[in-house]
Amino acid sequence: MDNKDKIISIRDLKVEFQIKQSFLHELFAKKQKIVKAVDGISLDIHQGEIVSLVGESGSGKTTLGKAILNLAPVTAGEVQFKGKVVKHTDKKELKLFRQKAQMIFQDPYQSLDPKSMIIDTVAEPLEVNNLLKTAAERKEKTVKALEDSGLAPAENFLYRYPYELSGGQRQRVAIAGSIILNPDFIVADEPVSMLDVSVRTGILKLLLELKNTRNLAFLFITHDLSLSWLISDRIAIMYLGKIVEIGPADAIIKDCRHPYTRALLSIMPIPEVHRNRNRQVLQGEIPDPTEIPRGCRFNTRCEYALDKCFSEEPQFTAITENHNVACHLAAKEQ
Amino acid sequence: MELLQIKNLKTYFEISAGTVKAVDDVSLTLNYGESLGLVGESGCGKTTTALSINNLLPAEGRIVSGEILLEGKNLVEMNDREIKKIRWNDVSMIFQGAMNALNPVMKIGDQIAETIVLHQKCTFKEALKKTEELFSLVELEPKRISNYPHEFSGGMKQRAMIAMALACNPKLVIGDEPTTALDVMVQAQILNLLYKLRQELNMGLILITHDLSILGETCDKIAVMYAGKIVESGDVEDIFNRNRHPYTHKLLSSFPNIHRERIMPEAIEGIPPDLISPPEGCRFHPRCPYCEEICRVEAPAMVRENEGHFYACHQGGVHNGQ
Repeated sequence: MDNKDKIISIRDLKVEFQIKQSFLHELFAKKQKIVKAVDGISLDIHQGEIVSLVGESGSGKTTLGKAILNLAPVTAGEVQFKGKVVKHTDKKELKLFRQKAQMIFQDPYQSLDPKSMIIDTVAEPLEVNNLLKTAAERKEKTVKALEDSGLAPAENFLYRYPYELSGGQRQRVAIAGSIILNPDFIVADEPVSMLDVSVRTGILKLLLELKNTRNLAFLFITHDLSLSWLISDRIAIMYLGKIVEIGPADAIIKDCRHPYTRALLSIMPIPEVHRNRNRQVLQGEIPDPTEIPRGCRFNTRCEYALDKCFSEEPQFTAITENHNVACHLAAKEQ
Repeated sequence: MELLQIKNLKTYFEISAGTVKAVDDVSLTLNYGESLGLVGESGCGKTTTALSINNLLPAEGRIVSGEILLEGKNLVEMNDREIKKIRWNDVSMIFQGAMNALNPVMKIGDQIAETIVLHQKCTFKEALKKTEELFSLVELEPKRISNYPHEFSGGMKQRAMIAMALACNPKLVIGDEPTTALDVMVQAQILNLLYKLRQELNMGLILITHDLSILGETCDKIAVMYAGKIVESGDVEDIFNRNRHPYTHKLLSSFPNIHRERIMPEAIEGIPPDLISPPEGCRFHPRCPYCEEICRVEAPAMVRENEGHFYACHQGGVHNGQ
C-alpha cells in the first residue's frame, strides 16, 4: 500500500455537535450535551483505492464523509489532501480542494434539481468554478461526463428533466456531475441503497470502472457489508463514531475479529434457503451518542464483554499488516 | 379451507395515457399461519395486488375481474360498508415508510388505540390498555405509548406500525416492503419479530419486497411477479434451488453471496416494460437471453412442475441446463 500515493489522510478527526437545550437548562446543567458523531478517526485513502465505511445508522459514517469534504464542522484533527493539510479557513484553497474532492449523495430523487435540465445540473460545477470559455465546451464536457457515466448517447439525455429518468439513470447523472471536474477523490454516500436490486450492480460496476480508468479514490459509505465486499479494496467498520475494525475486504468477510463485525456478517441476507443459520441479531440500537459508554463503546451490546471492556478503551491491535481491530478479546486470542 | 385465495385477478388503472394493466391475471393461495413472499422489480404490480385485497386502490384503479376469497367470502363483490368490517379486523397492512405512516403530532399510543376503537366495540381506555399489551408483544416498552413519533427511532416506529397492524387480531397481515427503509441490523430484528409473531398468532403473512435474499429465512412460499403477472411460484426451496424461469434465476443472481466467490453479480439488462402496452408474447422476452421465436408471439401458460411449483416459460429451466 505504501508505494501508492496517499490522496486523503485523516488524522484524529473529531466532529462534535452541541445540542441546544432550553435557556434555564443550560444555565443550571452541570455539563452540556455534546454529540460525538466522529470521535477520533485516522484513515488513509490511496490513489485508485476504494475504502468502504460500514456501520448502522447513527454510527457517524455520513458525518465522517462530509467532514472530510468540510461539509460538516470539524472540531479537532486534520484532513490532508495529497500530503498537504486542507486549511478550512482559507476560502480559496478550500475551493480548489473541493474541485478535486466530490460527493455522490444517497437519494437521486432528491439530489437533482427537478427544475433544471440534465445539462444544466451536470455542467453547474464548471460554471461555479469559472472553468468554461465557450458554450460548445460546456456541451462537449457534459457529453463526455454523461457518456463516461454510462448514459450514451448523451444527446438523448442533455435536454431532459430528472422526472423523465429512472432511479438508476438519475444516479448516473449525479455521478456525471461529480466527475466533470476530474476529481481525485469521491465520497459516495450510499449511492445504491435507494435503487432496485437489478440496477444496483450497474452503478457498482460504473464506480469500479471509474476507479480503474481514472485512478480515482473512493470512500464508499454503506450499511450493506456484501456490497462493500464486492467493490472495495479495504473495509472499515464503524461503530458510534469510531472505526472498530479495518482491513482488506476479503479479510473482513472471511476472517473478521471484532464481535460487532461478526454480528453484522451473521445477519447479512444471502440468496439461499437457510432456516437454521446461526444469526447473531444484536438487541436494541446504537446507544445515545451524547453518552458514549465507558471503556469499549460496544460493551452494551457485546455478549463477550469482560470487566476490562467496561473500564478501558481498546486500542488498535494488528492482526496482519493491514488488518487492525480495536477489541480486548481479539488481542487476547493471539 | 384456504385463508386467502386470489383467482385470476385483474386490476387496471385508467389514466390519460391509456389503461395500465398493473395486475393482469394473478392467482394465489395462502393458508393459515403460512407466509408468502411476493417479489419483483419496482413497477411489477406487487403493491397493487396487495392494495386490491383490502380494496385500498386509488381512484383511478379498479378491479376489472377475478375473485379474492378470504375464508370463502369474495372481497371483490363487497360494498364499502362490508369491506370496512374486513379491513384491519381480518386483513391489515404494514406500510413501507413507517416514518411517514405515523401522524407526527399525535401520541403513538393514541393512534393505535384510535384504530382499535374504530374497528372494535370498546372504549378508548380499554383500547389504550390493549395498546400496552401490543407494545410488549412487539418488544417495545409499554410505557412508551405516550411518546410522539419523533421520539422513536426508525426501527421502533416500524415496530409500532406492526403493533398497529396486529391491533385487531387480523387473520392476514400484508407487509409492503416493511424493512426496506431500515438498517441491516434493524431489518434482521423486524424480520425475526414477524417470523415469531406469525407462528405465535397463526396468521397468514404476505411479504412484498424487491429483495429476494431476505425471503429465504422468513417465507414458506414465494411468488415472483413480472410486468403484472406471476411468472413463477413455489415453496422457498423450489424457487431458490430448482427455479425454472430465467427471471427468477436472474433476480437471484443479482445478489452477492458472501459465502461464495467474490464476483460482481449480473445485472438484468433493460427495465420492466410499460404496462400500458406490454410486449407481445412472453412479457419478459425483450430482456431474456434465452428468447426464441415462440416467446415473441405466444404468451406462455403456467406449467406445473410439481405440487405447488408453477412457472410460465416456453424455455423452462433452460438456464439450469435442462
